[in-house]
Amino acid sequence: MQMTTFLQDKQLTIALSGEIDHHSARGILHMIADKIDQFLPMLCILDFKSVTFMDSSGIAVVIHTYRRMAERQGILRLKRVPPQPRKVLEAAGMERLVTIEGREPVYEM
Amino acid sequence: MKCENQVLFTFPSRSINEAFARSAVACFAAQLDPTMEELGDIKTAVSEAVTNCIVHAYPEQIGLITLRCRILEDNVLDIVIKDKGRGIDDIARARTPLYTTGGEERSGMGFTIMESFMHELKVSSKLNKGTTVHMKRKILKRGGKS
Repeated sequence: MQMTTFLQDKQLTIALSGEIDHHSARGILHMIADKIDQFLPMLCILDFKSVTFMDSSGIAVVIHTYRRMAERQGILRLKRVPPQPRKVLEAAGMERLVTIEGREPVYEM
Repeated sequence: MKCENQVLFTFPSRSINEAFARSAVACFAAQLDPTMEELGDIKTAVSEAVTNCIVHAYPEQIGLITLRCRILEDNVLDIVIKDKGRGIDDIARARTPLYTTGGEERSGMGFTIMESFMHELKVSSKLNKGTTVHMKRKILKRGGKS
């Protein structure tokens, strides 16, 4: 799983890519946690544009990241979530916990 | 229901095989001409079931997972995922949303997602003998196909 990060003031954007499943989730979780600990943002944005697949292991990643931010009164937002990951997030009721911005209108071929 | 085609494969409970299982089932399901959304739903459900075998059925060792896909009449994709692992003592409780015995790293949403994304889900299990997850999804026939 590749991850690029972008920091501006207290806003940290982490772009995830590839598949988020049980096999990759722990590594992703630790990478995100390390970045949050390193940069101490008040707003963390996870950019899902390049996430090609996600199952409930990704839900655990989102919940953990949400808690880590909440511990420091910070906020987590998800953006550019493609249809399949979005459907999984909604099945778990995640839109009640974190803001999910925008929508990928079509599948990219 | 009449079985029109089937495939059976067995693989060890290594997490690296989760992606393989998803892709293999998606490849087999392709003959039903599913939409991207239907394929996404099926891959997600398979991912949840296979992950359960890896995380829960065989927590301390590597065991075998058997996956059988069948095409039944009327465009029904029938998937059975079976292990010979630890087993579930209370299936109803296991199927409760957010319930997990897997600790902090698990969300407890696996069965909930399988139920939402497939049309039928049956779980049977025997302690120390294994668990069988049986799911079905009807693929809608699209214009131009008979």
